[in-house]
Amino acid sequence: MGVAADSQFHVLAVDDSIIDRKLIERLLKTSSFQVTTVDSGSKALEFLGLHEEDEDMNSNQPSVSPNIHQEVEVNLIITDYCMPGMTGYDLLKKVKNSSSLKDIPVVIMSSENVPSRINRCLEEGADEFFLKPVRLSDVNKLKPHMMRMKIKETDHQEQNQESKTRDKEEEIESQQQSNGNKRKSMEEGDITRQNKTQIQWWPYCRFD
Amino acid sequence: MDTVSQLQRQFVEYTASLYREGYLDDQFTQLQKLQDESNPDFVVEVVSLFFEDSEKLLNNLTTALHQENIDYKQVDAHVHQFKGSSSSIGAQRVKDMCVVFRNYCDEKNLDGCVVCLQQAKNEYILVRNKLEALFNLEQQILQAGGSVPMMV
Repeated sequence: MGVAADSQFHVLAVDDSIIDRKLIERLLKTSSFQVTTVDSGSKALEFLGLHEEDEDMNSNQPSVSPNIHQEVEVNLIITDYCMPGMTGYDLLKKVKNSSSLKDIPVVIMSSENVPSRINRCLEEGADEFFLKPVRLSDVNKLKPHMMRMKIKETDHQEQNQESKTRDKEEEIESQQQSNGNKRKSMEEGDITRQNKTQIQWWPYCRFD
Repeated sequence: MDTVSQLQRQFVEYTASLYREGYLDDQFTQLQKLQDESNPDFVVEVVSLFFEDSEKLLNNLTTALHQENIDYKQVDAHVHQFKGSSSSIGAQRVKDMCVVFRNYCDEKNLDGCVVCLQQAKNEYILVRNKLEALFNLEQQILQAGGSVPMMV
């Protein structure tokens, strides 16, 4: 596959440090991936269209589908481990416990080489664990994971399309609208939550 | 020797000295590799973010260590962040100082922490001045119509 074709891969990068966001964004763009960066786990979930309250409801409604344009397709999530509020590990668990998101590969980055932490992430379904600072040689390991997800997804879509009828399209549109509204209210809610996490000191993710 | 080649030689020697004296490590080279025609200011941009972040963290640390009841978890969290950002741009001596600093946090050793904060400040100011001098040299080379030598 040529370089141009790689730009179809979209990576969501999550890091609370602006320096590291800038760095990972550049690393991924150099590798011709499309990149979205966010500074927290909750913003990542928001971007993915998953909210904590929605988890149960989402089970029969895949959020990553070419027919529903409410979500941008994400082919891989790369997240820092140690973040205030929701840690990278929490984010990983939420993604892996969501029926609509669980197939998205997740890569965890951490500045500390703690074997128990690495194992815990891998057991929870992380595809890779990168030690920070992340390098180009690390980023080169991402593509195989995304390729694998693409294959899975294509299978999934084929099954889906068989069962879908035209009548359902309207239904989907209305769902889309209500989701849009929900999203907006969540965003507003988030601002207050953000402020709270700034006041209370962020979890100590050193010896866990 | 013309101005450009003189400046270029000066640049190469200065950069080499920064690595030799441990101010910078290989991560800085990684940053330079990520800079290209489409992102000509990448290194300066990231390093400027590092300067802003460092100054904020050093202020926070100063405040945190002046409390009556010191919250060592909070101090450690700041140092953790400082260690992360310095290692991301390859400011090796700052990063090394943060490692020592965190050990004193573990021990809740106030004297050790205060000394480390001062040393971390000093190392930060040193590397900031060195990097600013390096960027200055780059600008001079560009203004003289030359191109910045690749160190990688």
